[in-house]
Amino acid sequence: MGAVLVVCGVGVLVIQFVARFPALTCARRDNAACCERWRLTRGFLPLLGLVVGVGLAARSSATHGFRVVTTEGARRLAVENHSPTIPDVALIDQNGTRFSLDAYRGRVLLVDFIYTDCPTICGVLGSNLAEVMDLLSREGGVLQHVNLLSISFDPARDGPRELSACGARFGATAPHWRVAVPATAEGLRALLKTFGEVIIPDQFGGFTFTRNDSVYLVDRQGRLVRILDPDAPATLLAEAARSGS
Amino acid sequence: MMRLGLVAVLWCGLWLPPLRNALESDMPLHMTVQLPLLAATGVLMVPAVCRRELRWLADADWLGIPGLVLVLFSTSYWMLPVALDSAFSDWRIEAAKFVSLPLAVGLPLGLSWQRMPPLGRAFVIANVISKLGAVGGLFLVAPVRVCAYYPLDQQVKAGGALIGIATALAFSRVPCFALRVVLDCAGQIRRSSFTAPTGGRRRYTLLATAVAKQSG
Repeated sequence: MGAVLVVCGVGVLVIQFVARFPALTCARRDNAACCERWRLTRGFLPLLGLVVGVGLAARSSATHGFRVVTTEGARRLAVENHSPTIPDVALIDQNGTRFSLDAYRGRVLLVDFIYTDCPTICGVLGSNLAEVMDLLSREGGVLQHVNLLSISFDPARDGPRELSACGARFGATAPHWRVAVPATAEGLRALLKTFGEVIIPDQFGGFTFTRNDSVYLVDRQGRLVRILDPDAPATLLAEAARSGS
Repeated sequence: MMRLGLVAVLWCGLWLPPLRNALESDMPLHMTVQLPLLAATGVLMVPAVCRRELRWLADADWLGIPGLVLVLFSTSYWMLPVALDSAFSDWRIEAAKFVSLPLAVGLPLGLSWQRMPPLGRAFVIANVISKLGAVGGLFLVAPVRVCAYYPLDQQVKAGGALIGIATALAFSRVPCFALRVVLDCAGQIRRSSFTAPTGGRRRYTLLATAVAKQSG
């Protein structure tokens, strides 16, 4: 953005400088042809340059240098560039066990956000993660290094019983694949903020939600390093293995 | 003054939370009602402003080109999903939206449109139709949500609404412009021997008087 502005500013200055020479423009405003030339060099071109410069600069700043057009794209780019450390939040898993996110340090973690009442997309997400789990357990040794965590953002309705039922549907067993809910509301807020997860009520009036369909990759140091599409289990696993090695 | 008062009332009405929240909570309403109404406040300002418009600015806005380029840049900015999302989540972007749509879309559109020759106007309309159609089509068929704050069903509705507007524009403006451009060229060929080419609007009045003289 800064570069675009500088280029345009210099362009405008050059045009203004060139326009100062009477041979190129005109000194006498009463001459019609001269006036037209004055209008083009002193008025029109600098104004056009300014407009194009400001337009490009605004667009460049909104799209992170013409690289993204959606909030999701911007979010993924920001995570890859900055890798925020995830907060140490206490959660309660499907067995009613309390644990903290720092316990995963030293292991790669794949995180997704769910609510157990979810009618549609969570099922697909769950079966994709189940496939990742399947691939992981077949590779034996990797299982110690890569763990899965499904976090519910609906603590009002999701207790250990609901979480356990949901986990059983996809074959999630602690501690390799925990289905958990944050122990406190502040913890949930901190998690959603760090992961950049946006949750909005959908058209059925606040009983169900729409949220980002993403799987989050947290590395051994507890940093959020990638945001991935959930629909390619093999890619998820490859990314996790790459991050863990 | 009356007119500026009307503009102020409309702008404040759109800005006050009840109407603003109602329009922004729904993606089709946000894109096809709130944004055009904000631009319309700028267009309504034109008669009050144009008499006081700076001379050098009017001179520099040759054929209305810089003004229309500004309009195209600003409208395409507010069609970016990321810009719609930011307006929803960040009050500074929201404020920028409420300032830029009247001042960088409506006002320059109203001022520069008068200076633009028919061919230029036809180009701008064609550009707007194709852009609306492309964005609308993208919203209709995209399998994923493009906006973080709007669910998929609203996105599909917004896509349909944009395509509807593009179609309405195409059917109402394109034949009219084609006719105007043809008439304009014909008039220029007939008058070329005795009149120097002049600005867009003046050319029509010349043409109209010539036609009136011949028929009457």
